[in-house]
Amino acid sequence: MAIRVITEKCVGCKLCIPTCAQGAISFVDKKAVIDVIKCNYCGACIDACKKFKAILIEIDRKVSDQDLSLYKGIWVYAEQRNGEMASVVYELLGEGRKLAEQLGEELSAVLLGDGVTCQAEDLIQHGADNVYVVDNPKLKDFQDDTYAMAMAELCEEYKPNIVLTGATAIGRSFIPKVAVILETGLTADCTQLGIDDYTKLLLQTRPAFGGNLMATITCTNFRPQMSTVRHKVFKKASKDVSRKGKIFTKVLADDLLKSRTKLIEFVKEMESTVNLSEADIIVSGGRGLGEAKNFALVRELAELINGAVGASRAAVDAGWIPYSHQVGQTGKTVCPKLYIACGISGSIQHMAGMQSSETIIAINKDPNAPIFEIATYGIVGDLFEVIPAMISAIKNR
Amino acid sequence: MNIVVSIKQVPGTTKVAINPATNTLIRAGVEAIINPFDMYAIEEAIRLREKFGGKVTCITMGPPQAEEALKSAIAMGADEGILVSDRAFAGSDTLATSYTLAMGIKKLGQFDIILTGKQAMDGDTAQVGPGIAQWLDIPFIAWVKKIEDVKKDAKTIRVERMMDDGYEVLEGPLPILLSVVKEINEPRTESLRGKMKAKSFKATVYSAKDIEADPDFIGLRGSPTIVNRVFVPVRSGKKELVEGATVEEKVSKVVASLRESKLVN
Ligand SMILES: Cc1cc2nc3c(=O)[nH]c(=O)nc-3n(C[C@H](O)[C@H](O)[C@H](O)COP(=O)(O)OP(=O)(O)OC[C@H]3O[C@@H](n4cnc5c(N)ncnc54)[C@H](O)[C@@H]3O)c2cc1C
Ligand SMILES: Nc1ncnc2c1ncn2[C@@H]1O[C@H](COP(=O)(O)O)[C@@H](O)[C@H]1O
Repeated sequence: MAIRVITEKCVGCKLCIPTCAQGAISFVDKKAVIDVIKCNYCGACIDACKKFKAILIEIDRKVSDQDLSLYKGIWVYAEQRNGEMASVVYELLGEGRKLAEQLGEELSAVLLGDGVTCQAEDLIQHGADNVYVVDNPKLKDFQDDTYAMAMAELCEEYKPNIVLTGATAIGRSFIPKVAVILETGLTADCTQLGIDDYTKLLLQTRPAFGGNLMATITCTNFRPQMSTVRHKVFKKASKDVSRKGKIFTKVLADDLLKSRTKLIEFVKEMESTVNLSEADIIVSGGRGLGEAKNFALVRELAELINGAVGASRAAVDAGWIPYSHQVGQTGKTVCPKLYIACGISGSIQHMAGMQSSETIIAINKDPNAPIFEIATYGIVGDLFEVIPAMISAIKNR
Repeated sequence: MNIVVSIKQVPGTTKVAINPATNTLIRAGVEAIINPFDMYAIEEAIRLREKFGGKVTCITMGPPQAEEALKSAIAMGADEGILVSDRAFAGSDTLATSYTLAMGIKKLGQFDIILTGKQAMDGDTAQVGPGIAQWLDIPFIAWVKKIEDVKKDAKTIRVERMMDDGYEVLEGPLPILLSVVKEINEPRTESLRGKMKAKSFKATVYSAKDIEADPDFIGLRGSPTIVNRVFVPVRSGKKELVEGATVEEKVSKVVASLRESKLVN
């Protein structure tokens, strides 16, 4: 069962308010908002809104048999691989702290791996009140089976209200399995999180259709409320070495930690030393570069400003640079502080992967190129003049 | 070897309109295609069949017109197509979709490998593949960029999984579910023979009853997530072209602002 206000139809007449015996309707931004926890789905407000039909009950929603009030606390999955913490974890701790304060609940981190207990303190110093650790040789390598099982076990035992995971290759692989085990909702790749003032539900906002639409999603009737969260959209938590917290070590039965798949080897594969997904600065080249050797120009600028090298699909398809550098809908989604697009027209598919970058510089000789629509600084000009000029301006200060 | 490919029909463009009253997509007038990522899955399945023999069955959940997607798959070289379709499936989120497809695949019977695309172009969630694997309780490997080897008799498979900084070589038992990325192959175009076959093709339709779906796990009812609001994002860019008589002048303005905001030294 679900009830909602169709914001676009609500005219703000307030006729519905007095009809609600539960006092579940309030007004925010001149629109009605219904507290679904107070609502008993009597339908009186729907009668009051006959004229505008702005309130909708979806009767056919399954209601959970969970006692939702038992679910407390915000959890952050502390993704690490070979002892190296993913940077998105610190971003989630920063954002998680805010949510925890809004809800008056605790923030906890979940650490899974082999020989990882020593990293718990660092998570506390970045804002976690508690760290749940499963430290087991069987968790040495990331495998979907074991990680999903361990995570689901912890959730079943400690009942978190909210579980946040980085939308990384690892996070997006095993968390959907956890959601199925727990039979709860999971919202992918969120770029905005918030708490609804009235319902206290987690508002999970995410792009769909390659970023052309945004959707705000709630998991109203089930717990935990789970999201994967895109990296680089939230600020990292700052470190406070004096912070104290609790560490809970959980021992799981060996037969729970059985993986059907196994790791044979890992092959590192990055042209530059900077990981595209995590880079603060990216310089990307497109078809405007004309030929493979001209990528040297892009690389030179990137190296000078400590950036990673990206590319449009046209450049990748032409064979000028490997696919692992492709930015966009069918490549990587990036969110650096600075994105410099050189000779890229700005197709929807390319922009889907980079439009949330903080600062965007576009270099294109066509003043009508769509990339200029999202650029912070648009430079109309020939990239073979603009890039060298930029390199020398940065060198000669 | 029995290979099942889970494919989705999506609008051929990501430029979409929404119906504000219902928060649903206006799909009319937009050409529908097979989710581009699923093309790689179909191609890989056909290659596996060419090598090991067996059968490629494509399955899709969607409205009756999703049969078109199956037709295209047949034209590419798939052997069979199953359309899981029922009004009761409407409004499914990824939990309900993966449950429904898992039940459909169960009804199909024996399979060795299930392939899905990395993600659907409309929803972009990448959650349905791992979801199906969990419901079926079979192993799952995401982001597969290469199938290195299949040992048919030993029933094992060796694949390469893309990670953010390289790739991992993994081994697992059959049956298994793999989600594949673009790097894995180059999908073939529809063949003349395939097109002929597609012409007379009629999909086998599975209803909610056929797959013995629990009504609590399908459609809107079985979907824990609720879409509250859909909106068009505001672009952050200022659409300002940098003024200047020469390239040097424009560039020095930009570099000065970058220095000010400490983006470069
Ligand atoms: C399903 C699907 C998925 C896709 N996924 C992606 C994706 O993930 N990523 C992606 O990037 N694309 C993707 N594409 C492709 C996308 O639609 C475009 O084809 C591609 O992004 C174009 O790349 P481009 O901007 O480099 O090339 P073009 O569109 O050809 O643009 C080149 C630009 O360079 C400019 N130029 C030329 N010479 C110079 C010069 N000397 N100085 C300055 N400017 C110059 C031109 O004015 C032009 O604007 C996808 C397409 C589809 C259908
Ligand atoms: N309705 C559907 N029918 C069949 N397969 C689907 C459907 N939805 C998703 N899939 C499969 O799951 C993959 C991931 O989709 P998604 O989780 O929606 O991003 C797709 O590439 C398809 O292979």
